Amino acid sequence: MAEKQITVPYDEKTARDLHCGDYVYLTGTIYTARDAAHKRMYEALAEGNGLPFDIEGQVIYYMGPSPAREGRAIGSAGPTTASRMDKYTPSLLDLGLKGMIGKGKRAEAVREAIVRNGAVYFAAVGGAGALLSKAIVSSEVIAYDDLGTEAIRKLEVKDFPVIVVIDGEGNNLYERAIEAYRV
Amino acid sequence: MRIIRVEEIVRNIKEMCIEANHYLTEDMKLALKEAEKKEKSPLGKQILHQLEDNLQIAAQDMIPICQDTGMAVIFMEIGQDVHVEGGLLTDAVNEGVRQGYREGYLRKSVVADPVLRENTKDNTPAVIHYDIVEGEQIRITVAPKGFGSENMSRVFMLKPADGVEGIKNAVLEAVREAGPNACPPVVVGVGIGGTFEKCALLAKKALTRPVGERSKLPYVREMEEELLEKINQSGIGPGGLGGSTTALAVNINTYPTHIAGLPVAVNMCCHVNRHCVRVL
Repeated sequence: MAEKQITVPYDEKTARDLHCGDYVYLTGTIYTARDAAHKRMYEALAEGNGLPFDIEGQVIYYMGPSPAREGRAIGSAGPTTASRMDKYTPSLLDLGLKGMIGKGKRAEAVREAIVRNGAVYFAAVGGAGALLSKAIVSSEVIAYDDLGTEAIRKLEVKDFPVIVVIDGEGNNLYERAIEAYRV
Repeated sequence: MRIIRVEEIVRNIKEMCIEANHYLTEDMKLALKEAEKKEKSPLGKQILHQLEDNLQIAAQDMIPICQDTGMAVIFMEIGQDVHVEGGLLTDAVNEGVRQGYREGYLRKSVVADPVLRENTKDNTPAVIHYDIVEGEQIRITVAPKGFGSENMSRVFMLKPADGVEGIKNAVLEAVREAGPNACPPVVVGVGIGGTFEKCALLAKKALTRPVGERSKLPYVREMEEELLEKINQSGIGPGGLGGSTTALAVNINTYPTHIAGLPVAVNMCCHVNRHCVRVL
Protein backbone atom coordinates (compact mmCIF):
# COMPACT_ATOMS: atom_id res chain seq x y z
CA MET A 1 0.00 0.00 0.00
CA ALA A 2 1.76 3.14 -1.24
CA GLU A 3 1.06 6.54 0.34
CA LYS A 4 1.01 9.52 -2.02
CA GLN A 5 0.37 13.26 -1.90
CA ILE A 6 -1.48 14.78 -4.86
CA THR A 7 -2.44 18.35 -5.70
CA VAL A 8 -5.84 18.90 -7.35
CA PRO A 9 -6.48 19.73 -10.17
CA TYR A 10 -4.06 17.28 -11.81
CA ASP A 11 -3.27 16.00 -15.31
CA GLU A 12 -3.70 12.62 -16.98
CA LYS A 13 -0.11 11.58 -16.27
CA THR A 14 -0.60 12.10 -12.52
CA ALA A 15 -3.80 10.08 -12.67
CA ARG A 16 -2.14 7.23 -14.56
CA ASP A 17 0.60 7.07 -11.92
CA LEU A 18 -2.00 6.20 -9.27
CA HIS A 19 -2.78 2.55 -8.70
CA CYS A 20 -5.58 0.55 -7.20
CA GLY A 21 -4.99 0.35 -3.40
CA ASP A 22 -2.84 3.50 -3.13
CA TYR A 23 -3.59 5.62 -0.04
CA VAL A 24 -3.69 9.22 -1.32
CA TYR A 25 -3.83 12.60 0.43
CA LEU A 26 -5.49 15.23 -1.78
CA THR A 27 -4.67 18.93 -1.40
CA GLY A 28 -6.17 21.75 -3.44
CA THR A 29 -9.60 22.50 -4.89
CA ILE A 30 -12.37 19.94 -5.35
CA TYR A 31 -16.08 20.33 -6.15
CA THR A 32 -19.06 18.63 -4.54
CA ALA A 33 -21.99 17.32 -6.56
CA ARG A 34 -24.51 14.58 -5.88
CA ASP A 35 -27.77 13.37 -7.46
CA ALA A 36 -29.65 16.60 -8.13
CA ALA A 37 -26.57 18.62 -9.20
CA HIS A 38 -25.51 15.86 -11.61
CA LYS A 39 -28.97 15.85 -13.15
CA ARG A 40 -28.77 19.62 -13.68
CA MET A 41 -25.27 19.49 -15.16
CA TYR A 42 -26.38 16.72 -17.48
CA GLU A 43 -29.39 18.76 -18.62
CA ALA A 44 -27.19 21.86 -19.10
CA LEU A 45 -24.89 19.87 -21.37
CA ALA A 46 -27.84 18.42 -23.32
CA GLU A 47 -29.10 21.95 -23.92
CA GLY A 48 -25.68 23.03 -25.17
CA ASN A 49 -24.90 25.12 -22.09
CA GLY A 50 -21.64 25.01 -20.15
CA LEU A 51 -20.96 23.53 -16.73
CA PRO A 52 -20.86 25.81 -13.68
CA PHE A 53 -17.10 25.20 -13.22
CA ASP A 54 -14.11 24.33 -15.39
CA ILE A 55 -14.02 20.55 -15.21
CA GLU A 56 -10.60 19.99 -16.80
CA GLY A 57 -8.35 18.06 -14.42
CA GLN A 58 -10.90 18.36 -11.63
CA VAL A 59 -12.17 16.02 -8.94
CA ILE A 60 -15.85 15.76 -7.96
CA TYR A 61 -16.68 14.71 -4.41
CA TYR A 62 -20.07 12.96 -4.10
CA MET A 63 -21.07 14.62 -0.87
CA GLY A 64 -23.87 16.68 0.66
CA PRO A 65 -22.70 18.12 4.00
CA SER A 66 -24.67 18.76 7.16
CA PRO A 67 -24.91 22.50 7.98
CA ALA A 68 -21.79 24.17 9.39
CA ARG A 69 -21.85 25.52 12.92
CA GLU A 70 -20.77 29.16 13.35
CA GLY A 71 -17.08 29.65 12.67
CA ARG A 72 -16.61 26.32 10.91
CA ALA A 73 -15.93 25.65 7.23
CA ILE A 74 -18.42 22.83 6.95
CA GLY A 75 -20.48 20.29 8.91
CA SER A 76 -20.15 16.52 8.67
CA ALA A 77 -18.79 15.70 5.21
CA GLY A 78 -18.43 12.04 4.23
CA PRO A 79 -18.99 10.39 0.84
CA THR A 80 -22.32 9.24 -0.55
CA THR A 81 -22.94 6.14 -2.70
CA ALA A 82 -21.33 6.71 -6.11
CA SER A 83 -23.46 4.39 -8.24
CA ARG A 84 -26.34 6.84 -8.27
CA MET A 85 -24.15 9.14 -10.39
CA ASP A 86 -23.14 6.37 -12.86
CA LYS A 87 -25.60 7.54 -15.51
CA TYR A 88 -23.95 10.97 -15.68
CA THR A 89 -20.28 10.17 -15.03
CA PRO A 90 -18.98 8.93 -18.42
CA SER A 91 -19.88 12.20 -20.18
CA LEU A 92 -18.18 14.25 -17.45
CA LEU A 93 -15.04 12.10 -17.74
CA ASP A 94 -15.05 12.61 -21.51
CA LEU A 95 -15.11 16.37 -20.85
CA GLY A 96 -11.94 16.24 -18.76
CA LEU A 97 -13.00 15.24 -15.22
CA LYS A 98 -10.03 13.38 -13.73
CA GLY A 99 -11.37 11.97 -10.49
CA MET A 100 -14.38 11.16 -8.36
CA ILE A 101 -14.54 10.60 -4.60
CA GLY A 102 -17.38 8.46 -3.28
CA LYS A 103 -18.09 5.03 -1.89
CA GLY A 104 -19.41 1.83 -3.37
CA LYS A 105 -19.50 0.06 -6.70
CA ARG A 106 -19.48 1.69 -10.17
CA ALA A 107 -21.05 0.59 -13.44
CA GLU A 108 -18.94 -0.97 -16.17
CA ALA A 109 -19.51 2.11 -18.37
CA VAL A 110 -17.85 4.24 -15.67
CA ARG A 111 -14.86 1.89 -15.45
CA GLU A 112 -14.46 2.06 -19.24
CA ALA A 113 -14.62 5.87 -19.23
CA ILE A 114 -12.01 5.96 -16.43
CA VAL A 115 -9.64 3.84 -18.53
CA ARG A 116 -10.38 5.75 -21.75
CA ASN A 117 -9.65 9.13 -20.20
CA GLY A 118 -7.00 8.25 -17.63
CA ALA A 119 -8.92 9.13 -14.48
CA VAL A 120 -9.33 7.70 -10.96
CA TYR A 121 -12.23 6.63 -8.74
CA PHE A 122 -11.32 7.20 -5.11
CA ALA A 123 -13.17 5.96 -2.03
CA ALA A 124 -13.32 7.97 1.16
CA VAL A 125 -14.39 6.12 4.31
CA GLY A 126 -18.19 6.05 4.39
CA GLY A 127 -19.70 7.21 7.66
CA ALA A 128 -16.60 9.08 8.80
CA GLY A 129 -18.06 12.52 8.07
CA ALA A 130 -16.85 14.22 11.25
CA LEU A 131 -13.27 13.03 10.73
CA LEU A 132 -13.23 13.93 7.01
CA SER A 133 -14.60 17.42 7.72
CA LYS A 134 -11.29 18.20 9.46
CA ALA A 135 -9.48 18.01 6.09
CA ILE A 136 -11.77 20.63 4.54
CA VAL A 137 -10.36 24.13 4.94
CA SER A 138 -13.10 26.15 3.25
CA SER A 139 -16.39 25.68 1.46
CA GLU A 140 -18.30 27.97 -0.89
CA VAL A 141 -21.52 27.32 -2.81
CA ILE A 142 -20.80 28.16 -6.48
CA ALA A 143 -23.95 26.87 -8.20
CA TYR A 144 -27.49 25.58 -7.68
CA ASP A 145 -27.85 27.21 -4.26
CA ASP A 146 -31.55 26.32 -4.25
CA LEU A 147 -30.62 22.63 -3.93
CA GLY A 148 -29.52 23.12 -0.32
CA THR A 149 -27.16 20.34 0.73
CA GLU A 150 -27.09 19.19 -2.92
CA ALA A 151 -25.72 22.51 -4.26
CA ILE A 152 -22.31 22.52 -5.95
CA ARG A 153 -19.64 23.58 -3.48
CA LYS A 154 -16.05 24.52 -4.12
CA LEU A 155 -13.94 23.01 -1.34
CA GLU A 156 -10.36 23.75 -0.40
CA VAL A 157 -8.94 20.56 1.07
CA LYS A 158 -5.68 19.76 2.80
CA ASP A 159 -4.45 16.17 3.02
CA PHE A 160 -7.92 14.78 2.38
CA PRO A 161 -7.54 10.98 2.80
CA VAL A 162 -8.79 8.71 0.01
CA ILE A 163 -8.01 5.27 -1.41
CA VAL A 164 -7.71 4.46 -5.11
CA VAL A 165 -10.48 1.97 -5.96
CA ILE A 166 -10.51 2.06 -9.80
CA ASP A 167 -7.31 3.15 -11.54
CA GLY A 168 -6.54 4.15 -15.13
CA GLU A 169 -5.92 0.54 -16.07
CA GLY A 170 -9.35 -0.45 -14.88
CA ASN A 171 -8.25 -2.41 -11.80
CA ASN A 172 -10.88 -2.48 -9.07
CA LEU A 173 -9.87 -2.67 -5.41
CA TYR A 174 -13.35 -3.79 -4.28
CA GLU A 175 -13.02 -6.92 -6.41
CA ARG A 176 -9.38 -7.64 -5.57
CA ALA A 177 -9.54 -6.99 -1.84
CA ILE A 178 -12.59 -9.14 -1.31
CA GLU A 179 -10.84 -12.04 -3.03
CA ALA A 180 -7.87 -11.61 -0.70
CA TYR A 181 -9.92 -11.95 2.48
CA ARG A 182 -12.67 -14.36 1.41
CA VAL A 183 -12.54 -17.56 3.45
CA MET B 1 -54.80 7.62 33.74
CA ARG B 2 -51.71 9.80 33.29
CA ILE B 3 -51.60 13.00 31.27
CA ILE B 4 -48.57 13.84 29.12
CA ARG B 5 -48.39 17.24 27.44
CA VAL B 6 -47.31 17.49 23.79
CA GLU B 7 -44.65 20.05 24.75
CA GLU B 8 -42.83 17.34 26.68
CA ILE B 9 -42.89 15.09 23.63
CA VAL B 10 -41.61 17.85 21.33
CA ARG B 11 -38.72 18.67 23.66
CA ASN B 12 -37.66 15.06 24.12
CA ILE B 13 -37.77 14.21 20.44
CA LYS B 14 -35.79 17.33 19.59
CA GLU B 15 -33.07 16.37 22.06
CA MET B 16 -33.09 12.74 20.95
CA CYS B 17 -32.59 13.63 17.27
CA ILE B 18 -29.51 15.63 18.22
CA GLU B 19 -28.20 12.99 20.65
CA ALA B 20 -28.64 10.08 18.24
CA ASN B 21 -26.72 11.86 15.50
CA HIS B 22 -23.72 12.72 17.67
CA TYR B 23 -23.28 9.75 20.01
CA LEU B 24 -23.56 6.03 19.36
CA THR B 25 -24.68 3.68 22.10
CA GLU B 26 -22.01 1.97 24.22
CA ASP B 27 -22.64 -1.46 22.64
CA MET B 28 -21.82 -0.06 19.17
CA LYS B 29 -18.62 1.62 20.40
CA LEU B 30 -17.51 -1.56 22.11
CA ALA B 31 -18.25 -3.65 19.03
CA LEU B 32 -16.09 -1.36 16.85
CA LYS B 33 -13.23 -1.54 19.35
CA GLU B 34 -13.40 -5.34 19.48
CA ALA B 35 -13.56 -5.50 15.69
CA GLU B 36 -10.42 -3.38 15.35
CA LYS B 37 -8.50 -5.82 17.56
CA LYS B 38 -9.58 -8.84 15.52
CA GLU B 39 -9.45 -7.39 11.98
CA LYS B 40 -6.96 -9.23 9.75
CA SER B 41 -6.46 -6.60 7.02
CA PRO B 42 -4.05 -3.74 7.90
CA LEU B 43 -6.14 -1.30 5.83
CA GLY B 44 -9.29 -2.66 7.47
CA LYS B 45 -7.76 -2.08 10.91
CA GLN B 46 -6.86 1.45 9.91
CA ILE B 47 -10.41 2.15 8.71
CA LEU B 48 -11.92 0.79 11.93
CA HIS B 49 -9.55 3.00 13.89
CA GLN B 50 -10.67 6.00 11.83
CA LEU B 51 -14.30 5.15 12.60
CA GLU B 52 -13.50 5.23 16.33
CA ASP B 53 -11.69 8.55 15.90
CA ASN B 54 -14.69 9.78 13.96
CA LEU B 55 -16.98 9.00 16.91
CA GLN B 56 -14.69 10.90 19.27
CA ILE B 57 -14.51 13.95 17.01
CA ALA B 58 -18.29 13.88 16.55
CA ALA B 59 -18.89 13.93 20.31
CA GLN B 60 -16.17 16.44 21.21
CA ASP B 61 -16.82 18.98 18.46
CA MET B 62 -20.56 18.34 18.00
CA ILE B 63 -20.26 17.36 14.34
CA PRO B 64 -22.77 14.71 13.23
CA ILE B 65 -21.13 11.26 13.05
CA CYS B 66 -22.24 11.02 9.42
CA GLN B 67 -23.42 13.80 7.12
CA ASP B 68 -26.42 11.66 6.25
CA THR B 69 -28.32 12.40 9.42
CA GLY B 70 -31.08 10.27 8.03
CA MET B 71 -34.81 10.17 7.80
CA ALA B 72 -36.11 10.14 11.37
CA VAL B 73 -37.66 6.74 12.12
CA ILE B 74 -39.52 6.92 15.42
CA PHE B 75 -41.08 4.12 17.42
CA MET B 76 -43.75 5.31 19.85
CA GLU B 77 -44.84 2.67 22.36
CA ILE B 78 -47.76 4.26 24.11
CA GLY B 79 -49.16 2.92 27.32
CA GLN B 80 -52.92 2.63 26.97
CA ASP B 81 -53.45 4.52 30.23
CA VAL B 82 -51.74 7.63 28.90
CA HIS B 83 -53.69 10.62 27.65
CA VAL B 84 -51.84 13.08 25.41
CA GLU B 85 -52.96 16.69 25.80
CA GLY B 86 -52.28 19.95 24.03
CA GLY B 87 -52.46 18.93 20.40
CA LEU B 88 -52.05 16.07 17.96
CA LEU B 89 -49.41 13.54 18.90
CA THR B 90 -48.15 13.14 15.33
CA ASP B 91 -47.78 16.91 15.00
CA ALA B 92 -45.76 16.93 18.22
CA VAL B 93 -43.42 14.22 16.97
CA ASN B 94 -42.84 16.08 13.71
CA GLU B 95 -42.32 19.36 15.53
CA GLY B 96 -39.65 17.68 17.66
CA VAL B 97 -37.90 16.45 14.52
CA ARG B 98 -38.18 19.90 12.91
CA GLN B 99 -36.61 21.62 15.92
CA GLY B 100 -33.96 18.94 16.41
CA TYR B 101 -32.76 19.02 12.82
CA ARG B 102 -32.74 22.82 12.75
CA GLU B 103 -31.13 23.51 16.11
CA GLY B 104 -28.76 20.53 15.92
CA TYR B 105 -27.26 21.53 12.54
CA LEU B 106 -28.45 18.23 11.08
CA ARG B 107 -28.88 17.68 7.35
CA LYS B 108 -32.32 18.06 5.84
CA SER B 109 -32.61 15.00 3.64
CA VAL B 110 -36.35 14.57 3.13
CA VAL B 111 -38.23 15.38 -0.09
CA ALA B 112 -41.97 16.08 0.05
CA ASP B 113 -42.87 13.80 -2.84
CA PRO B 114 -40.90 10.73 -4.00
CA VAL B 115 -41.25 11.68 -7.66
CA LEU B 116 -41.39 15.49 -7.64
CA ARG B 117 -38.56 15.59 -5.07
CA GLU B 118 -38.73 19.00 -3.46
CA ASN B 119 -36.86 19.16 -0.16
CA THR B 120 -39.11 19.93 2.84
CA LYS B 121 -36.15 21.83 4.35
CA ASP B 122 -36.85 20.67 7.91
CA ASN B 123 -36.44 16.89 7.58
CA THR B 124 -40.12 16.24 8.26
CA PRO B 125 -42.19 14.21 8.09
CA ALA B 126 -40.73 11.48 10.25
CA VAL B 127 -41.65 7.82 9.71
CA ILE B 128 -43.59 7.05 12.88
CA HIS B 129 -44.61 3.61 14.14
CA TYR B 130 -47.21 3.60 16.89
CA ASP B 131 -47.74 0.68 19.19
CA ILE B 132 -50.26 0.54 22.03
CA VAL B 133 -48.86 -1.24 25.07
CA GLU B 134 -49.86 -1.61 28.71
CA GLY B 135 -49.13 0.96 31.37
CA GLU B 136 -49.02 4.73 31.65
CA GLN B 137 -45.74 5.62 30.05
CA ILE B 138 -44.56 6.44 26.54
CA ARG B 139 -41.39 4.74 25.35
CA ILE B 140 -39.81 6.65 22.47
CA THR B 141 -37.06 5.32 20.20
CA VAL B 142 -35.53 7.76 17.72
CA ALA B 143 -33.54 5.97 15.02
CA PRO B 144 -32.29 8.27 12.23
CA LYS B 145 -31.77 6.06 9.16
CA GLY B 146 -29.24 6.84 6.45
CA PHE B 147 -30.01 5.76 2.92
CA GLY B 148 -26.66 4.37 1.79
CA SER B 149 -27.58 1.22 3.68
CA GLU B 150 -31.37 1.62 3.46
CA ASN B 151 -31.10 1.39 -0.34
CA MET B 152 -29.42 -2.01 -0.03
CA SER B 153 -32.24 -3.54 2.05
CA ARG B 154 -34.44 -6.33 0.68
CA VAL B 155 -37.69 -8.22 1.20
CA PHE B 156 -37.87 -11.89 0.15
CA MET B 157 -41.23 -13.68 0.03
CA LEU B 158 -39.89 -17.22 0.55
CA LYS B 159 -41.86 -20.46 0.50
CA PRO B 160 -42.31 -22.46 3.71
CA ALA B 161 -40.28 -25.25 2.07
CA ASP B 162 -37.26 -22.90 1.76
CA GLY B 163 -36.85 -23.15 5.53
CA VAL B 164 -33.80 -22.10 7.50
CA GLU B 165 -31.47 -22.63 4.52
CA GLY B 166 -33.59 -20.31 2.38
CA ILE B 167 -33.53 -17.63 5.07
CA LYS B 168 -29.75 -17.84 5.44
CA ASN B 169 -29.23 -17.64 1.69
CA ALA B 170 -31.49 -14.59 1.47
CA VAL B 171 -29.54 -12.75 4.19
CA LEU B 172 -26.18 -13.66 2.67
CA GLU B 173 -27.35 -12.57 -0.78
CA ALA B 174 -28.49 -9.19 0.55
CA VAL B 175 -25.17 -8.59 2.34
CA ARG B 176 -23.10 -9.71 -0.64
CA GLU B 177 -24.98 -7.47 -3.05
CA ALA B 178 -24.76 -4.53 -0.66
CA GLY B 179 -20.97 -4.93 -0.61
CA PRO B 180 -19.23 -1.60 -0.05
CA ASN B 181 -22.40 0.46 -0.67
CA ALA B 182 -23.92 -0.08 2.77
CA CYS B 183 -20.82 1.29 4.59
CA PRO B 184 -19.54 -1.87 6.27
CA PRO B 185 -19.04 -2.98 8.96
CA VAL B 186 -22.80 -3.22 8.96
CA VAL B 187 -25.44 -4.29 11.43
CA VAL B 188 -27.94 -6.60 9.75
CA GLY B 189 -31.55 -6.41 10.94
CA VAL B 190 -33.65 -9.38 9.89
CA GLY B 191 -37.40 -9.86 10.19
CA ILE B 192 -38.90 -13.31 9.66
CA GLY B 193 -42.63 -13.97 9.49
CA GLY B 194 -45.74 -11.83 9.60
CA THR B 195 -46.82 -10.30 6.31
CA PHE B 196 -45.01 -8.31 3.61
CA GLU B 197 -44.95 -5.10 5.66
CA LYS B 198 -44.69 -6.73 9.09
CA CYS B 199 -41.40 -8.48 8.33
CA ALA B 200 -39.87 -5.18 7.18
CA LEU B 201 -40.91 -3.54 10.43
CA LEU B 202 -39.47 -6.48 12.43
CA ALA B 203 -36.16 -6.03 10.60
CA LYS B 204 -36.09 -2.30 11.30
CA LYS B 205 -36.85 -2.85 14.96
CA ALA B 206 -34.16 -5.55 15.19
CA LEU B 207 -31.57 -2.84 14.44
CA THR B 208 -32.43 -1.13 17.73
CA ARG B 209 -31.48 -4.19 19.80
CA PRO B 210 -27.98 -3.92 21.35
CA VAL B 211 -25.44 -5.63 19.06
CA GLY B 212 -24.12 -7.83 21.87
CA GLU B 213 -27.55 -9.22 22.77
CA ARG B 214 -28.68 -12.44 21.08
CA SER B 215 -32.22 -13.69 20.49
CA LYS B 216 -33.83 -15.65 23.32
CA LEU B 217 -35.06 -18.32 20.88
CA PRO B 218 -32.33 -20.98 20.63
CA TYR B 219 -32.76 -21.65 16.89
CA VAL B 220 -32.78 -17.91 16.11
CA ARG B 221 -29.71 -17.34 18.23
CA GLU B 222 -27.94 -20.09 16.32
CA MET B 223 -28.89 -18.49 13.03
CA GLU B 224 -27.66 -15.09 14.20
CA GLU B 225 -24.30 -16.52 15.18
CA GLU B 226 -23.85 -18.63 12.07
CA LEU B 227 -24.85 -15.80 9.73
CA LEU B 228 -22.45 -13.38 11.42
CA GLU B 229 -19.61 -15.84 10.96
CA LYS B 230 -20.46 -16.45 7.30
CA ILE B 231 -20.84 -12.73 6.56
CA ASN B 232 -17.42 -12.09 8.07
CA GLN B 233 -15.96 -14.76 5.80
CA SER B 234 -17.23 -12.89 2.71
CA GLY B 235 -14.06 -10.78 2.54
CA ILE B 236 -15.96 -7.49 2.02
CA GLY B 237 -14.41 -5.92 5.11
CA PRO B 238 -14.41 -2.37 6.55
CA GLY B 239 -15.36 0.16 3.87
CA GLY B 240 -15.71 -2.77 1.46
CA LEU B 241 -11.95 -2.61 0.97
CA GLY B 242 -11.30 -6.16 2.10
CA GLY B 243 -11.08 -7.73 5.54
CA SER B 244 -12.57 -9.98 8.15
CA THR B 245 -15.05 -7.49 9.65
CA THR B 246 -18.06 -7.07 7.37
CA ALA B 247 -20.78 -7.12 10.04
CA LEU B 248 -20.81 -6.33 13.75
CA ALA B 249 -24.03 -8.27 14.41
CA VAL B 250 -27.01 -10.01 12.89
CA ASN B 251 -30.18 -9.26 14.87
CA ILE B 252 -33.23 -11.35 13.99
CA ASN B 253 -36.82 -10.80 15.10
CA THR B 254 -39.65 -13.24 14.34
CA TYR B 255 -43.46 -13.16 14.28
CA PRO B 256 -46.21 -15.70 13.51
CA THR B 257 -47.05 -15.98 9.83
CA HIS B 258 -49.48 -17.56 7.32
CA ILE B 259 -49.49 -21.29 6.48
CA ALA B 260 -48.52 -20.43 2.89
CA GLY B 261 -45.67 -18.01 3.53
CA LEU B 262 -42.20 -17.28 4.89
CA PRO B 263 -41.55 -13.54 4.50
CA VAL B 264 -37.98 -12.42 5.22
CA ALA B 265 -36.80 -8.81 5.34
CA VAL B 266 -33.18 -7.74 5.56
CA ASN B 267 -32.67 -4.17 6.74
CA MET B 268 -29.05 -3.18 6.27
CA CYS B 269 -27.58 -0.58 8.59
CA CYS B 270 -24.13 0.97 8.34
CA HIS B 271 -21.77 1.13 11.33
CA VAL B 272 -23.51 4.39 12.28
CA ASN B 273 -26.37 2.40 13.76
CA ARG B 274 -28.11 5.22 15.61
CA HIS B 275 -30.87 4.97 18.13
CA CYS B 276 -31.79 6.78 21.26
CA VAL B 277 -34.42 5.61 23.77
CA ARG B 278 -36.31 7.54 26.44
CA VAL B 279 -39.27 6.63 28.60
CA LEU B 280 -41.64 9.44 29.53
